[in-house]
This record gives sequence, structure tokens and C-alpha cells, in this order.
Amino acid sequence: MIRFIDERWADILFRSYQHGSLVIQSLILATLIGVGIAVLVTTYRGLSPAANAISAVGLTIPSFALLGLLLPFTGIGVVPSVIAVTFYAVLPILRNAVVGLQSVDGGIIESARGQGMNAMTIFWRVRLPLAWPVIMTGIRVSAQMSMGVAAIAAYVLGPGLGPYIFTGLSTVGGANALNYAVVGTVGIIVVALLLDALLVLFARLTTSKGIRA
Amino acid sequence: MTENHTDTGAQIELIDVVKRYPGQENAAVDDLSLTVPAGETVMFVGPSGCGKTTSLKMINRLIEPTSGQILIDGEDVTTKDATELRRSIGYVIQGGGLMPHMTVAENIGLVPGLLKWEKRRTRDRADELLDMVGLDPSTYRDRYPRELSGGQQQRVGVARGLAADPPVILMDEPFGAVDPITRQRLQDELMNIQAELHKTIVCVTHDIDEAIKLGDRILILKQGGRIAQYDTPEQILSAPSDDFAADFVGSGSKLKQLSLLRVRDLELVRPVTCRVGEDVDEVVARAEEAGEQSVIILDERDRPLEWVFLRTLRRHSTVTDPERELHTVVDHRSTLADALDSMLVSSHGGAMVTEGGRYIGVISYDTVTEHIRSAQNGES
Repeated sequence: MIRFIDERWADILFRSYQHGSLVIQSLILATLIGVGIAVLVTTYRGLSPAANAISAVGLTIPSFALLGLLLPFTGIGVVPSVIAVTFYAVLPILRNAVVGLQSVDGGIIESARGQGMNAMTIFWRVRLPLAWPVIMTGIRVSAQMSMGVAAIAAYVLGPGLGPYIFTGLSTVGGANALNYAVVGTVGIIVVALLLDALLVLFARLTTSKGIRA
Repeated sequence: MTENHTDTGAQIELIDVVKRYPGQENAAVDDLSLTVPAGETVMFVGPSGCGKTTSLKMINRLIEPTSGQILIDGEDVTTKDATELRRSIGYVIQGGGLMPHMTVAENIGLVPGLLKWEKRRTRDRADELLDMVGLDPSTYRDRYPRELSGGQQQRVGVARGLAADPPVILMDEPFGAVDPITRQRLQDELMNIQAELHKTIVCVTHDIDEAIKLGDRILILKQGGRIAQYDTPEQILSAPSDDFAADFVGSGSKLKQLSLLRVRDLELVRPVTCRVGEDVDEVVARAEEAGEQSVIILDERDRPLEWVFLRTLRRHSTVTDPERELHTVVDHRSTLADALDSMLVSSHGGAMVTEGGRYIGVISYDTVTEHIRSAQNGES
């Protein structure tokens, strides 16, 4: 095992970096999409059941199946991986963003209107900052989930640590099968923990001291 | 009011204002017409559902009237952009309505910020207002609302309403969420501020005593925003227009008239005072010469610290700061009702009176009862 890692040190590091990078970029995309949809849903209340249904159904689609469906349109490589990871990452963020935005006290909003803030200012300066801790929790859940989804993206030859696991599985009984699988899995766990720590720090820095728990 | 002052307020006029919600048979506010003179405080009172809050919110268009006109300083509010209009009207709500994620200074600077004031000017203004509402700027400006007590939050709410120096201030049950003692202090402070600034204040309350205390005029509303009576507190107490108004003012209107009289209207007595650090024997000699049993201790800025009996004072050789919270101090603008309240917990049969925090004398229980007796004799 030690020799296995020793021989592939640079490759493992590079793949870990790719894995993390894929997840982070997809997360950023997913946050924009999730919060954007949440704003629509909380503005036009009629959309709320539809959004709930989509996020519930969305989570039941196996990621394998989604990747398979994407293949004819996007080919193999990075693009289908990003789409798949983003797709799943949106769902928890969307759900938390809706809850977060809806739970902002109506009295605060009216107070803000009464001071002469328009809808846009209220969103950026009142609703978003107040919903932010809840949205950040959604982003952290998404980040953990995306680590696993990103591994599956190896199926479409995506980047990251996924191919190690696949190699391990497809050569079961072979010389390095266990090594591949273990290094791939543990690598993903380490990257996931690092990212979570980063997100906790980021959440602290971006949440007002006045509402920090 | 006969005092010489310049009103910084603006006149508000409501003309045939109607608010009807779709699907409701009766209008929430039916044909309300009303003039609020510039620089006066008008209190809206009435049972819940009478449309007092709806009427208030139509002035800054948080609720749009169905028909009718609202003029501020002769200008129809519907001709202005709603958010622009609201920046020119102070708005104070129950509990303060502070933004929990902003500091005290950021909350106060909200409207100046929207009006694109310079940062420095906004900051200075926040400090100035904190001072005005009795909070030390250096201690409080960087705190968050949750680090403040209810009364302090409410003070910041008032400061925020005043921030951009608006001619009109709307208040929606401003002191409804604080305990009675704090409420009384906040009311006194608001009266002090208003005596200086002369804004036009429209204030909704369900507390008739608060209305009598703060209002230059009181508007009593019935169901559907119909006016039961619109008059000065004196008139409303002595000549309610109908049974509804009489019921609303309630019994004990003699007692309520105490809310119309201010401490400064009565003569104050001046017992012996002393300062922290003075020699007790000297102070006692002075007091006994004046034939008194007790003295008032002042600090170096003339603020009252305690009112003590000589036997208590004798326990030390020099006068010391008792470091207790005082409950028997009233502002010279306080009502007699509040003063009586304070006296009831005093063992000296009186309350110390301050002006801007500085001690100016004592109002005694006897003075107040004497005044009530002579007022009654004068009437009958």
C-alpha cells in the first residue's frame, strides 16, 4: 500500500485537486442556480409546489442514469461531469434557500420597506444576509453529496479520484485492485473534510456577527 | 402651544380616505378625513380592528388607499415614488424593528445611507442620535441588536426614525413591547426630544394613558376608521363626545387628568443636599439646622445618587456613593401620574426631580394632593 502511494504520489495529489476543483466549481454554479430559483419560488408562491416536486423527483434519479442520459448530448469528459454534479448540488441548496428566505421575519421586511428600501435593496441587504446561514448549511450538504457524485463521473471519463475506484472495482482480485479502491475512497474523504472545513470558515466570515449562532 | 419655536414638522391632511380589502364587506377605513397640524403629536387610539394602524400605514403607503387623498405639506403622497416618500418619513415600530445583522450604527444610518449621505456625516449623525436617546455612542454603536435590552432596542428604533431629520414621524405602538418602568422613561425621553424638534408625529397606541400623556391631540377611532372624537386630551377627558369615547377613556378620568399635569407645573421643595466625600458631621449639622431628617446625595455632575435619612448617613464618617439604582427620580417634564407612581415606593413622601439629568429639587406627596384638592374645590 505504501509503495503504491509512493509510486503515484503526484498523480494522487493531482487527481485530488481535480476532484475538489470539479466539486467547488459545480457548487458555485449550483449556488447561483439554487438561490436564483429560490428567489423566484419565494416571490411567486404558486411555483413553490412545482419546485418541491422537482427537487424531490430529482434526488431519486440515479446519478449513473443521469450521466448515461447526458452522454449523447455532451459526449464524455468534463462537461457531463460538471452538469451532473451541479444538478445534484442544486437540490439541497434550493431547498435550504427557500426555507431560509421564507423564514425571514415579515416584520423585518416591512420595517425595511418602511425605511424606504426598494425590493432589490431589501433582497441584497436584508433577505439574503438573514437567510445566508441556512443557505450555507445547504451548500455544505451539497458539497458532501457532490464528492460522491463526482466519483461516479468517472463513468464518463470525468476528472478526479473516481477512476481509481472504478479501476479497483473492474480489476477485483488483481494485484492493485484493493489499493486503487482504498486510495480513491480515502482520498475523496480527505478532500471532502478539507472542503467542509473551508466552507465552515467561509460561512463564519460571510455571516454577520449579529445573527451568528 | 404658546412657546416660541420653529416647527420642523409638516402638516398632514387626510381627505376622504378609504381602504377596502377585496372580498371584505366592510371597508377597513371608511371615509376618514383629518388634519394633523405641523409640529404636533397626534395619537391614534381605538379598539383592535378599528383601522388605526391601517390609517397610519397609508400615510407612508405601506398600505395603498383605495380612494381619497393624503397630503403632506400640501403634496399628494401618491404623486411621489413610494420608496422615496418613505425615506422622507420616519418610521418607528414596536420592538424597534431593527435589522438583526446590522450594528446599531448601521441601523441608524440606514436611511441616510439610502439617501447617499457621506459616510462620515452618517456616522456623526448616528453618534449624535445615540446621545439624544440616552445611549453612549462609544459603548453602543458597534453592538448588534441582540446584545441590547428591549428598551435599548426601542431607543435605537426611535433614533433610526429620526436619522434623516424627516418632518413627519410615524410610530406604530412604539413602546408596546417594553416593561412599564422602561415605557415611562421612553415616553419621557420622547417628550423631551419632541419639545426640542417639533416634528409632526402620528403615533398609534392601544394605551389611552400613553395617548393622554404624549398627545397634543388624540384621535379615537371606531370600527371602520370612523372618528369618535378628535380633540385635545383635556377635552377628551372632560367632555367625551359620546358613550363610545367615554367608555374608551374609561373610569377614573379625574385620576387620568394627573397625566396632563407636569411636575414642573408644581412648586418644588429644596431639602438639604450634600456631595460624595463631604464630612458627615457637617452635613448632619446643616440638615438639623434646617429641621430635616434626611439629605440628598449628589455626584460631581449634580445627578442625584440617593435620598438618605440622617441615621443611615451617620454610619460613615464621610459621605459615600451608595451605588444603588434609584427609583424615586422623575424628569421635570414627567406627568404627575408618573411622579405619584415613583413616590409610592419612596419612604420620604416625595420624588427627586431632574432636568436633563441634573437635580433641581423635590416634588412632595403633599404638594400633589394639595393641588388635586384645590383643583376639585375650584371645579365644584
